[in-house]
Amino acid sequence: MSTNPKSQQRKYHTSQRVSQISPSGIRKFFDLLTSIEGVISLGVGEPDFATPWHICEAAIKSLEKGYTMYTSNLGMPELRQELSRYLKENYNLEYDPDNELLITVGVSEALDLAMRAMLDPGDEVIMPDPCYVSYNPCVILAGGTPIMVPANEETNFEISAADIEARVTRQTKAILIGYPANPTGAVMTRDKLAQIAEVARRHQLLVISDEIYAKLVYGVEHTCLATLPKMKEHTILLGGFSKTYAMTGWRIGYAAAPREIIAAMTKIHQYTLMCAPTMAQVAAIEALKSGEESAAEMVEEYNRRRLIIVKGLNDIGLPCFEPKGAFYAFPSIKGTGMTSEEFAERLLIEEKVAVVPGSAFGQCGEGYVRCCYATSLADIEEALSRMKRFVAKHKAI
Amino acid sequence: MLKEILKILEDDARITPQKISTMTGAAKAEVTKAIKQAEKDRIILKYKTVINWDKVGDEQVWALIGVRLIPQKDVGFDAIAERIYRFPQTRTVYLVSGTYDLIVLVVCQGSHEIADFVSQKLAPIEGVQETVTQFLLKRYKEDGEIIEGGEEVKRQPVTL
Repeated sequence: MSTNPKSQQRKYHTSQRVSQISPSGIRKFFDLLTSIEGVISLGVGEPDFATPWHICEAAIKSLEKGYTMYTSNLGMPELRQELSRYLKENYNLEYDPDNELLITVGVSEALDLAMRAMLDPGDEVIMPDPCYVSYNPCVILAGGTPIMVPANEETNFEISAADIEARVTRQTKAILIGYPANPTGAVMTRDKLAQIAEVARRHQLLVISDEIYAKLVYGVEHTCLATLPKMKEHTILLGGFSKTYAMTGWRIGYAAAPREIIAAMTKIHQYTLMCAPTMAQVAAIEALKSGEESAAEMVEEYNRRRLIIVKGLNDIGLPCFEPKGAFYAFPSIKGTGMTSEEFAERLLIEEKVAVVPGSAFGQCGEGYVRCCYATSLADIEEALSRMKRFVAKHKAI
Repeated sequence: MLKEILKILEDDARITPQKISTMTGAAKAEVTKAIKQAEKDRIILKYKTVINWDKVGDEQVWALIGVRLIPQKDVGFDAIAERIYRFPQTRTVYLVSGTYDLIVLVVCQGSHEIADFVSQKLAPIEGVQETVTQFLLKRYKEDGEIIEGGEEVKRQPVTL
């Protein structure tokens, strides 16, 4: 920082667009959290596993061989080919690796690109409430207006086609969904998705489908939106490696979409990011080629923890809908009479367990907290026993 | 279902049938029954603990001994292997392909005991042609557990 007093007087106004978006609701909470020792955190949003070693090794080798330069803006041709094969094998979808796939810096970038590439000022984007924290700000930053559709526990946190259609106006440009869902763990059934697809087709709406948790489903099948009849041309499919292969820190994801859309997204990407990190791309190739087994093992482990935490939460008096995807449980805390923020803060102070208030994910998340079970079984059990004490104490009052 | 139960137990022998029941969706009584049966069938041999003895300052010496055998008529290697694995000093005995026929893990108190075992017990057995004793110098990984994990990687306590 400059020591010149004059320079300190100068005040810059940040852009109006940025002023419109609120800072992440948990900032204060986060500061409190880091000041307390011995906290068990169910507040994370990433796997507790390290990236499978064969994937790390592929990246290390590539560094040793000198793969340290930019790649094509779209991403390495081999990665796009592998991804194309992967989408064909998993969903029977044909994406042209040269024109319909873009490798991005995580799904986060892909989402931002999709919004900036597609939205004009005033365009409306319909999305579920609660939903992942980036959806809303990404739309606003791209000049659009988010239109929220409630996703209630009564309807398994799925949004309904009718509710979406009721909000369609002339300004509606797109529907943005992310299932399996963060923070609820909800998975959309194929039927419900098909109804949404029908609304999209009827009103010529684009659907941006964030399928980062596609592989983390338990006892149900994930439906890729683009596989629904005639939906490929209406869909921007977003996917990534972070959750499936425990690769959050690598920052690598992708978008699959019709060529004009990928071309538009690539324009922004080439000027802002150039390309996704080369070593992360090499790791992603390895993940696609031979990561399936390690991924399946992690899913098995998540599933065991999921069953423990869901039963545990229900047993201690925090009714919890059974999440069929991702790695989050989203119990109701309404019985305690606290707001979700109050609950999270007091639980942290009194029992040293961190959960994320549901209100951080939208108005409809109020009354719930997000508990991530991507943490060791021992920690889950200890957290549950602390929460039990907490709930019992506050129910008595 | 048994496989699922065994996988869970292999990772944590102390887990209760109640928890296994929650994790697998099988009734608790069924889980208990399956475990009992597996114990009876010697599918589950024993419940043990993986210990980092180096930290306790134990005097134990471990040696991996490669043994070359002359196969015996009719019984092949099995009879000689039995004469070897009956010794309580042998912790693990495997028949393997390659340069040696058996790999024998021997745990003793001090290297002289290992020397005695090899020269007085193992080498004189009829059918044992050659032994190569390799003393264990350092453990990196024990039964799937990395011993010195290095730096603990810390996750951000809250991420959305």
